[in-house]
Amino acid sequence: MPIKVNAPGLVTTIQDLGRPGYYHLGIPISGAMDRFALRCANMLVGNDEGAAALEAVFMGPELEFTEDAVVAVTGAELTPKVDGEAQETWTSFPVKAGQVLSFDYLKSGARAYIAVAGGIDTPMALGSRSTYVIGALGGVDGRPIQPGDMLPVGQGNGQSGLSVPANLRRGPGSTAELRVIPGLYWHRLVEESQRSFFDDTWKVAPECDRMGYRFRDGTALKFVERTPPFGAGSDPSNITDACYPYGSIQVPGGTEPIILHRDAVSGGGYFMLGTVISADMDLIGQMQPHTPTRFVSVDMDAALTARHDRASQLDAVRSALAA
Amino acid sequence: MANQEIRSPLPGTFYRRPAPDQPPYKEVGDSLAKGDTIGLVEVMKSFHEVKSEVEGKVVKFLVENEDPVQAGQPLAEVEG
Repeated sequence: MPIKVNAPGLVTTIQDLGRPGYYHLGIPISGAMDRFALRCANMLVGNDEGAAALEAVFMGPELEFTEDAVVAVTGAELTPKVDGEAQETWTSFPVKAGQVLSFDYLKSGARAYIAVAGGIDTPMALGSRSTYVIGALGGVDGRPIQPGDMLPVGQGNGQSGLSVPANLRRGPGSTAELRVIPGLYWHRLVEESQRSFFDDTWKVAPECDRMGYRFRDGTALKFVERTPPFGAGSDPSNITDACYPYGSIQVPGGTEPIILHRDAVSGGGYFMLGTVISADMDLIGQMQPHTPTRFVSVDMDAALTARHDRASQLDAVRSALAA
Repeated sequence: MANQEIRSPLPGTFYRRPAPDQPPYKEVGDSLAKGDTIGLVEVMKSFHEVKSEVEGKVVKFLVENEDPVQAGQPLAEVEG
């Protein structure tokens, strides 16, 4: 039975694991910015890991339940309150019909995942319920939730009191470290800039969002001189248009790196200096503006090991919650 | 009555003016009604008004214009 939206928070969207398969057509993969947290939230309330939940950024919504439910909040430390009474994060709890779920101020992280037993049951669009706001696709009419929305919920079978063990939760440190494989158009940078990119401490810019995370306060990058190839234009950070991988880092004008994330465009004319490894993409979704950030150079072996470690961590959560 | 604080609902950058060429929303000493805007927080390419949930007089601002702020961080002190 539906959940009534009293207040939407800042930008709260319905997200699942996304809609892969259309990126080559210009439709991004979308889905939760922190997919580990989404999977955990769903497991806590007895859903399939890929069920749709709410992704609230920086600020929680206020939701009124019309039927008894089991809820879990993971990801950012955004304390949920049921009729004003604080509940644990990363732990399933009951909400009764007529009760209101609201949230305290954000303590750490950036995005909280609010899963309800049964999952949010809005219509699928291209195989996913994820909201892609720029393309008005998925979610509630392709937009963030608004006051007065009635969110449909599927048939649930959740149990309250389940908890993800503290050592298996993941959040960013006070200085975030993102591992990067240099490549793609790395050769466009002069050696000095290849060093400074990894030596500098950057800071998350306030312009960070689901399309891309922008960083500032590092040394401007310098480019190897060249005769611009056809179609690239005279700016040295431009290239002849190419595909943009998820996680790739572009630096328009050489000044502010942007990591493309779940709602990114799939191609364009900015050079990319490398790609954030898949194991660290979830972490980006939990970074607040002004977070000091270091980029760490790794090779493919290290990236694959990290990916394997992440998969093991998820398996450990599955075992802990199945026990 | 003890002074009350207005907190930022969001992390981001705090601004005291609606636009660079306009005067601040509130100065120290101004009276404040519930729902009055005291500033803006910029995050994710948009600006969000910070509204007062209390009424009284602005005693002081606890952060500077263009300072980075955390969610829940006190921005201004109000004498009730």
